[in-house]
Amino acid sequence: MPSAPAKSWPLPSPASKLAEPHPYPGRLIIVEGIDGSGKSTQLVLLQRWLQARGFRAFFTEWNSSTLVKNATRMGKKKDLLTPTTFSLLHATDFADRLTFKIVPALKAGMIVLADRYAFTAFGRDVARGVSPRWVRELYSFAVRPDVAFYFRVPVEISLARLLRGRAKIKYHEAGMDMHLSEDILESFKLFQGRIIDEYDQMVDEFGLRVIDATLEIDDQQQEVREIVSDMLRETGRDHDE
Amino acid sequence: MSETRGMDARSGPSARTPGRARPHAWFGEGLPYIDISDLTGKLISIEGTDSSGRSTQMKGLREWLEVQGFGVVETGWTRSKLMAEEIEIAKEGHQLNRITFTLMYAIDFADRLENQIIPALKSGFIVLADRYLYTALARARVRGIDEDWVRALYGFALQPDLVLYLKVPTDTLIRRVLQGDGIDYWEAGMDLNLGADPYDSFMAYQSRLLDAFEDLTEDYDFRVIDGNRSIYEIQQDLRREIRDFLDLEDVEGGVVEMEQFTRGPAQGWSR
Repeated sequence: MPSAPAKSWPLPSPASKLAEPHPYPGRLIIVEGIDGSGKSTQLVLLQRWLQARGFRAFFTEWNSSTLVKNATRMGKKKDLLTPTTFSLLHATDFADRLTFKIVPALKAGMIVLADRYAFTAFGRDVARGVSPRWVRELYSFAVRPDVAFYFRVPVEISLARLLRGRAKIKYHEAGMDMHLSEDILESFKLFQGRIIDEYDQMVDEFGLRVIDATLEIDDQQQEVREIVSDMLRETGRDHDE
Repeated sequence: MSETRGMDARSGPSARTPGRARPHAWFGEGLPYIDISDLTGKLISIEGTDSSGRSTQMKGLREWLEVQGFGVVETGWTRSKLMAEEIEIAKEGHQLNRITFTLMYAIDFADRLENQIIPALKSGFIVLADRYLYTALARARVRGIDEDWVRALYGFALQPDLVLYLKVPTDTLIRRVLQGDGIDYWEAGMDLNLGADPYDSFMAYQSRLLDAFEDLTEDYDFRVIDGNRSIYEIQQDLRREIRDFLDLEDVEGGVVEMEQFTRGPAQGWSR
């Protein structure tokens, strides 16, 4: 009887670009944190500062390419997505932006500011149930950031911030598809709490720069600018060419 | 939920459980949130390059297996609810690079795996897969994509129980293609700039694919079927393989009723 095809596992992991510095003249700065951590506000403030100093900054956001937009929307609406297809759709979006936006901007010597990066997938998708090793290998084509900020905040504070800004928490943001709790606020806390655990593990693994996101906005921004200043100086990009 | 065609027709498990229970295994890391210890069905994949005759042969196998009393579910490359349309649109616009190309096929595969293949196997069906992840591995090799990455990407997949590979030489393939719908941009690998015209490109691309399948045959123990024969002869070989695999000693396996194929494009396909 013919046996099932089997090659011994584990097979070699793909070489990860996240493990080594990129070769491009530009610089890549990314921000991570749970929803309501204030990371987007901080990134916008950083962009203003960089532009005021004469740098050409390029801004890119998670899940913003048009390539798989319809499938993502349809899948979410009809609740067709599994943790794995959810993860792969975001990886496709990321690959599309990386190839057509991020890498060209880095080659052109620009400063790329990314609101969320591969680490969002490592946090969210693992919290949804995919294998941590699998999702890391999936994103092994990602360029290593020059600075990766992690805005750490307790889930209660981020929830309070979100509720102040808008009336409702979004279905997927709360991880309602995972059926952790019937109550959307409770579900948000459980789901985002898992993501915080994942982020905390990534701090050492990927050298994330932790910012205390409970501080005042301007205090956080000052710290962010100091770190970016140091990075630009150390990598010889403290002035625009 | 996604399509589970054969399953809607019958409710509950199929009339006949295919063979002895043999544990299924993941191709790699697997899906931590899915339990596969209770999959009583069998997953049989038919691999082969474009125009190797897979779909005609699958039709014959399905009829035969159903006559034997098995529930059969068919699944095919790029036929998922989630991605089928999206992939077509993206291919038309040529807006894909090699990584996104590979990822979109993986989404299609994952959608069918979780919403169609695994549920069918849980209910004891025989799943016939028209192409499986080996198609992605072969294409990756031809397109120069990091194979370790593609293997890791498909780590979520289930290992098939049996892989039947329809091996057809390129000069036969090109004749079939020309008698059919003609040369397709992607089937000719035109994105790779391998040849001066569609014919040269097709021949160069498909022969590279055949080489890649040749290597995979060794790595993954494909059962090779000589596809350069009549539909009838190929079908007989396929049935023989499946009969042996399923331990169907009590069945008249391997015998094909020619009438079953009168609807197929038999004329153009004989040697």
